[in-house]
Parts: sequence; C-alpha cells; structure tokens
Amino acid sequence: MRGISTRTLVAPAVFGIAALMVWQLAVTVFNIQPFVLPGPINIGAQFEQVWPIIWAGTLVTGGNALIGFIMGAVAAILAAIIAALARPFDELTQPVVTVAAVIPLVALAPILYAMFGADAETSRQLIAALAVFVPVYLNTLRGLRQVKPVHRDLMRAYAATPWQATRTVTLPAALPFLFTGLRIASSLAVISALIAEYFGGPVDGLATSITSSAAGSNYTLAYAFVLGAILLGLAFYCVTLALEKLATRHAPLPPERPAVGR
Amino acid sequence: MTDAVTVSAVGKTFAVANRGTVVALEDINLVVAPGEFVSLIGPSGCGKSTLLRLIADLDQPSTGTLSVFGKTARQARTDQDYGIAFQQAGLLAWRTVAENVELPLQLHRVAKPTRRARVAELLELVGLTDFADRYPDQLSGGMQQRVAIARSLAESPGLLLMDEPFGALDEMTRERMQNELVRIRHETGAAVVFVTHSIPEAVFLSDRVVVMSPRPGRIVDVVSVELGGERGDEVREASAFFARVSAVREALHGAPAKGVRGVENR
Ligand SMILES: Nc1ncnc2c1ncn2[C@@H]1O[C@H](COP(=O)(O)OP(=O)(O)OP(=O)(O)O)[C@@H](O)[C@H]1O
Ligand SMILES: [Mg+2]
Repeated sequence: MRGISTRTLVAPAVFGIAALMVWQLAVTVFNIQPFVLPGPINIGAQFEQVWPIIWAGTLVTGGNALIGFIMGAVAAILAAIIAALARPFDELTQPVVTVAAVIPLVALAPILYAMFGADAETSRQLIAALAVFVPVYLNTLRGLRQVKPVHRDLMRAYAATPWQATRTVTLPAALPFLFTGLRIASSLAVISALIAEYFGGPVDGLATSITSSAAGSNYTLAYAFVLGAILLGLAFYCVTLALEKLATRHAPLPPERPAVGR
Repeated sequence: MTDAVTVSAVGKTFAVANRGTVVALEDINLVVAPGEFVSLIGPSGCGKSTLLRLIADLDQPSTGTLSVFGKTARQARTDQDYGIAFQQAGLLAWRTVAENVELPLQLHRVAKPTRRARVAELLELVGLTDFADRYPDQLSGGMQQRVAIARSLAESPGLLLMDEPFGALDEMTRERMQNELVRIRHETGAAVVFVTHSIPEAVFLSDRVVVMSPRPGRIVDVVSVELGGERGDEVREASAFFARVSAVREALHGAPAKGVRGVENR
C-alpha cells in the first residue's frame, strides 16, 4: 500500500470537490430547474431525507449483487480448477466462455423473469452470477497456470504429493489472479443487478426506485437513488480491491538472474 | 560402501520443436564416492545442469543408466537422499525466509519444534538470522540464493546437488560461502556435485574437477585436486592451488570447443 499519496488520493478528491462546486455554481447562476438538473446540495439533502428508503433499496439490490457474486464466483473457481486439471474440459468450454464474455448477459433478463416468475429476486441474482462468472473463471484459470518450472522441479525433488504441490505452490501462485478477477467482477455484479431491475421483477431495488421517481417527475429523488447506487458499487469495489491488495502483498519475484552466458 | 552417484554411458537428447534434436549429453561416465566433492565445469550449454537434473531424477536419460546410493535415481528421489539448490533460487514469494527454509521439513512432516530449531540453525549458518521474517522480495539476489542453499541443507542429505549456487553472490560473500560449504561438507560427510563457471571456485571446493565440452556435452578431462580436506583461506594463496587452477584452465582450453565462453577466470 506504499505510494498512496497526493497523486493517488488527494488529487482525485480535490478534482471531485471542484467538479461538484462547478456543478452547484452552474445550477445556481443559470437557475437551472430541478427537472433538468438538480444541484448536488439538493440531491444531498434529499438523500439524507429519504435515507431509510434508500438504505432499504440498497439492501435489496446489494443483496442480489452479493448473492449473485458469491454464486458466480464459487461456480467460476470450481470450473477453473476442473479446467486446470483436465485439458479436454478446458478446450470444450473455451468457446462458450469466449461467447459469454462478449454478449451482454442482461439481455437474458426478460427470459429469466419468465422462467422464475416476476415476483422473485432469483433472475436478478442469476444475471449477476453470470456476469461474475466470466472474469473470475478466466483469471483463476490463468492463475492456476502460473506455476514456475523451478517450483515444479522443487516439488518433484521433494517428492511432494500432488495435493502438497497444489497447496504449497499452485494455489498460492493463483490467488493474486483470483482476487484480480473478483475485483473486476464486483463492479459487474452491482451493475448487472441494477440493470436487471429495469427489465421487471419486484419493485423494491434501487434501480426500480430510480425509474419510479423519474416517472413521477421527482428528479432530485431519482438522483438521490443514483447516488445510493454509486455508493453501493464503490463499496463492492473497495472491499474487493482491499482483498486484492492483501493477496498480492508479496508479488511474485522479479525475474531472477539469467543463466550465465546465455 | 556404495558410491553416492554412478553414471554409466549416459546420453541425453532433447527434441526441439521444428529443429530436430539437441544432443545435450553423450557417453557420460562418472562415479562420485560417498563424501566426495565433485565439480562440473565447462562452457555454457555443455550440459552441466542437464547432468545434475538426471541425477536428481528431474529428467530421464535417453541412454545409459544412473544410480544414486546404489538405487535408481527415482528411488533415491522418493527416499529424499539428496538436497538440491537450483541455478535460480526458486523461493516461494508468499513465504517468509524462515518458512522457505522450513518447506522440505514441513513437506516431510517433521515435528514443529524440531523444524523451528533446525531452521534457526540453518539461518545462522547462512547469516540470515535477522531476516527470518522477511519475504523474498525484500532480499537481494545473493541473499535469496543463500536462503535456497539453507533450504537444500535442511534435511542433512547424504548428497548435495548444487547448480551454480554462488553465481549471484559478491566476491566476499562468495568466498565466505565457499569456506562454509567446505566446513558443512566436512561436518556432514555429504557427497557434493557442484556446477560452477569459476575455475578457482571449483579447485578450492573439490576433490575432483570434471571438465566438460559442449555440442555434444562430454567429459573431456577430470582433474584431481588433492589439497586436503580442511581447507581455509590460506589454500587460496598456496602454489599447489594455483597449479591446479592452471591444470583446469588448460583442460578447458584444450577442449575441442570453439572458445570457452561463459567460463570465468576469476
Ligand atoms: N528442456 C530442454 N529442451 C531442449 N533443450 C534443452 C533443454 N534443456 C537443456 N537443453 C539444451 O541442452 C544443452 C545443455 O543445457 P544445460 O542447461 O544443461 O547447459 P549448462 O551447461 O547448464 O549451461 P549454463 O552454464 O549456461 O547453465 C543446451 O544446448 C540446451 O539448449
Ligand atoms: Mg546450467
């Protein structure tokens, strides 16, 4: 965590505050109406005022994202382990994963609502899980292939059992990659859970609240919900980022001295 | 007593994608007695690492046979009859220095208190006691190499296989580690097969220096050193030492190789 200094923390914060001030100033000076663009002060006040409702919505959307995140991540990690052990499985699933990586999975939402019923959160969680699966799977699989030849030799020289080798060398080398995958996936989980709400289902999440307040011309309230969604995404991102930093504390060594004369 | 290592008529050919085959070793015959220190020296690419890997059963010979303490190389490996230090330190980045040294003991289920004591002893030996809780990325290349050496000694093996373990060390540390190795080897009575590019290092450490030539890798000469067992820094100044250094150098230059790139004369 070295190097967190003016450049990485203070500068963006200053820039953000400056942007908010310009925004507020523009709204005040040009007398922009709230239905066009509410000012940050109004949004903040609204946010505070309806905080219990926003919190309830955050719990629903965040809960969907979290359940989807866990389901997708667990499935992806298991699949990556199988793929790392069995090449045929890897070759079989490669095209599917490639396709899953490029298609917008939320497009499945209406179909899933039809399958699981419009009054259940299941479809939203599944959308999040699908979105999480791809980056976690790809990164974990890459991580599991990171074992250095010298470490493989070492395990062989020590006559380590396959399980010992997996535990001492393969898994630790894969962990940083796994956590990078989780960090990327965390934002996707929140975004997918939010967008899935736009396609139907129970009226209880942050995105459905954004829709209904906008439909009721209550734009300041809509922005307050948007702020809640932003904070939710940030929370997911920051937690997984911290986990990633923890896992990559001792990055793999830089290339060691090259063999003499080669 | 059975020999520590017996290599009979061993050859090793590698298949290289799109470029046919590379003959790394051809007709290698070598016997290492128990407790004997044998160095392998020769230009880059003459198959020194390959020979060491065959003895360690990390690769199989294409022709000929190998035995280690009278067993097959494979059996010797599963019985953990040797310790090995590679050309690269090969430390585990996510383990501390102490945990890296502890690795073989842990894998072979040595009891924790015994492990602790042994690790402390080994770190003392390589002068890294103060660094026990550091991670490899916080050490210099030479220090990493010393951790790897400590790890190879962890189980007091009867045979030590070392592939240029001192290559990354500064001259002072290098000489100190050489003195240490002479001492360790004297105390443990371990046989050592030691790969190096340095002629004085080979002479200082060894009972015999095996001189190799490349393409295909062969043994061109074996120089007996005979400087006595208990060697200290005074040997480095002795005329008998310089005579042996010259003998090895001549054997190397007399080799029918095109030059002897990769051999240090220091
Ligand atoms: N796995 C492999 N596949 C193909 N060729 C190999 C392989 N390992 C070694 N070789 C070849 O075998 C020859 C001997 O290699 P080796 O690493 O044993 O040399 P070396 O004497 O240890 O050299 P250096 O002093 O540079 O470490 C080289 O020509 C090398 O290219
Ligand atoms: Mg080598």
